Amino acid sequence: MVKKLHYYPQLVVGSVMKDVRLLDHEFDFAELLRTFSLENKAAGGIASFTGQVRPDGDVSMLELSHYEPLTLPGMDALADQACGRFDLDGVLVLHRIGRMAPGDPIVLVAAASAHRRGALQAVDYLMDHLKSAAWFWKRELREDGWHWIEPRTQDYTDRSRWE
Amino acid sequence: MAVRILFLGPLEDIAGAPELALPAPLDWDGLLSAVNSETLMHLQSDRIKVACSGKVLADKFALLAADGEEVALLPPVSGG
Repeated sequence: MVKKLHYYPQLVVGSVMKDVRLLDHEFDFAELLRTFSLENKAAGGIASFTGQVRPDGDVSMLELSHYEPLTLPGMDALADQACGRFDLDGVLVLHRIGRMAPGDPIVLVAAASAHRRGALQAVDYLMDHLKSAAWFWKRELREDGWHWIEPRTQDYTDRSRWE
Repeated sequence: MAVRILFLGPLEDIAGAPELALPAPLDWDGLLSAVNSETLMHLQSDRIKVACSGKVLADKFALLAADGEEVALLPPVSGG
């Protein structure tokens, strides 16, 4: 059973099923995807992306902080933008906060659509924007202590593809 | 009577504390005069955005926070 800490109640917006959440503990992404699939039986297809904490040298932990009044509303607005831009039946946007170990899932996005192109593009769009525009700050624990992670130029470049 | 100031992400380490309480009403110059010199340098850069009562300000220099309001100082978000 997944504890829902910060979330917008599942909303049917127009005909789109939207589920946007912040999770402060490990989540069973396979189970959440299975549920999403069951809720979207009428779709022609479902695309998804699961991001994991990338193992990197001596990094033993990653910590994500956020700002409650902006982060979740921002993710919700992003899900709405994806629904407006692509022809979706359902959209799922889940992001971890707190401390994670290398290999742990950190983000799950999924999109259900009548046709594959809309679902695949929506997932790509959501990830590019989550990476560069969502209000998260990350720091990693290395052998010599904590280090904040700086913005990457590549993330802005990826997002600019959609402008 | 106070305005709550939050230093988000790496700004927390630079400011030396996660938050600060300042007297209301608080404008941008009032905020700048209350932080250490390194924080001041960061706040003056375009990279730091400011939210007041949960809304990102289009012009942070126009900040005017009333008693009980929360001002969040937002550095650029981390990449992936």
